[in-house]
Amino acid sequence: MRLTAKQNNTLRAMLSWLAGIIMFFPIFWLVLTSFKTELQAISVPPLLFFEPTLENFILVQERSDYFTYAINSVATSFGATLLALLVGIPASYAMAFWPSRFTKDILLWMLSTKMLPAVGVLMPIYLLVQKAGLLDTRTALIIIFAMINLPIIIWMLFSYFKEVPREILESARMDGASTLDIITLLLIPLTRGGILSTALLSIVLCWNEAFWSINLTASDAGTLTALVASYSSPEGLFWAKLSAVSTLACAPIVVFGWFCQKQLVQGLTFGAVK
Amino acid sequence: MNRRTIAFLQAPSIVLLLLWMIVPLSMTIYFSTIRFNLLYPERTGFIGLSNYEFFITDPGFISAVINTLVLVLSILVITVVVGLALAVLVNFQFHGRGIVRVLLISPFFIMPTVNALLWKNMFMNPVYGLFSVVSTFLGLEPIDWLANFPLGSIVIMLSWQWIPFAFLIFMTSLQSQDPEPLEAAALDGANAWQKFRYMTVPHLGRAIAVVIMIQTIFHLSIFAEIFVTTGGGPGFNSTNMAFLIFSQALLQFDAGVASAGGVFAIILANIVAIFLIRVVGKTLVV
Repeated sequence: MRLTAKQNNTLRAMLSWLAGIIMFFPIFWLVLTSFKTELQAISVPPLLFFEPTLENFILVQERSDYFTYAINSVATSFGATLLALLVGIPASYAMAFWPSRFTKDILLWMLSTKMLPAVGVLMPIYLLVQKAGLLDTRTALIIIFAMINLPIIIWMLFSYFKEVPREILESARMDGASTLDIITLLLIPLTRGGILSTALLSIVLCWNEAFWSINLTASDAGTLTALVASYSSPEGLFWAKLSAVSTLACAPIVVFGWFCQKQLVQGLTFGAVK
Repeated sequence: MNRRTIAFLQAPSIVLLLLWMIVPLSMTIYFSTIRFNLLYPERTGFIGLSNYEFFITDPGFISAVINTLVLVLSILVITVVVGLALAVLVNFQFHGRGIVRVLLISPFFIMPTVNALLWKNMFMNPVYGLFSVVSTFLGLEPIDWLANFPLGSIVIMLSWQWIPFAFLIFMTSLQSQDPEPLEAAALDGANAWQKFRYMTVPHLGRAIAVVIMIQTIFHLSIFAEIFVTTGGGPGFNSTNMAFLIFSQALLQFDAGVASAGGVFAIILANIVAIFLIRVVGKTLVV
């Protein structure tokens, strides 16, 4: 039997929806569980319909102040991203418009620093942060997150800047614009979309970073990843509360991601896959 | 622009990254040659390569190397194949396409720790997990996933998170494919597979390179998922390089051995990196 084009498309649409629902199902179930009681959460067979309760969210808030962690996450993600952009924009600008014969090597070297596994340098970084008196501070996380993301940020900015016609910048220079003017008044407005998507990706990566935030923070500068990890200990084997805390930890960034979906697509492809 | 300004603009990034790399790296190399246990601070002194010897002869070492490579490779294969299939599947106009797209990429925004806990409790729990509920329903023996297939379970978790990433990139790349040659090929009698194999796949070459490159960087040091689920076990069955070093450093407080492990991890990463840059790195540089 041969399907007509229309039947074929209907089938394909149904398959697409099915795939979407399957991929999203775990998130749906997580949110659902966060509104269950502990007993309902582990009931066999699992419950789809039940009377929702806010008990878990209230308990989580009582045990550990969600907002402290959320503020830490926001501060470190945005702080690190800003810092990295501040350092990265001038560098990418110079490399994109005045490349030397080392530029390609520098770019590859920068990317290769990302291949060093964090655990490989855990001890030194831990001791340095401790010596500097920065254990459990946002400052330490901001600096580290900025360093982790800097190579990716420079790479992305580099490829966006490459697309700006040289002549525009040249003529501004002829008219006597300073380098700072060119960057702030011309380059940044021209590549706003690219810079924005770079920033978004960096914020998402910082928000979900787990290794350094678990190892370098405790109660003061703990981010949401650390909060979730603290609920994962055997003592915290309460699945409904765990779901509540997870929902709280992920909701901001998931919603943020949905809103910025289009930008993020541009950013993730390094601006190279058109 | 004169050379000095150009250098001045790049200097902060280069200096910072250089410091970020050199300082910890040289400290790691130094620590790896001395006696340095946080529990016994009075034991000090240069001991040459014994930390390395200790780390290599650790019963978990070989499994850690193998597990690291197995994790990277299997996640890469799964995410590229499934991501590509999904991208091709939804690459046409239909009702609710935007929503389907959002559903498909959402897992990418979930934190690694949450991802791991979610799968551990919701699906893989041997009592109330959905997998065991389904297998009981079908009259099969429920499986304790994390105990019996620890590595496989971690591959499932990470694939769920990274398929959306591959999908996202392939999808954008597919949208830029010029439809006209495809139609011409169809007129000339090419079937769907031939069009895909000889026209779409070459078009996606760069996207595939991006996906492999970025994912390898992240998967070489998988940590959070192992930390909150299997804890590296049972035995060393799900211990990768990152986790082995972590357990030396923070669970056994032996900074010397952990540093030696760090040096190994860096060497392993560099071997992979050189290979990767050879294969895919070139397509990235503009």
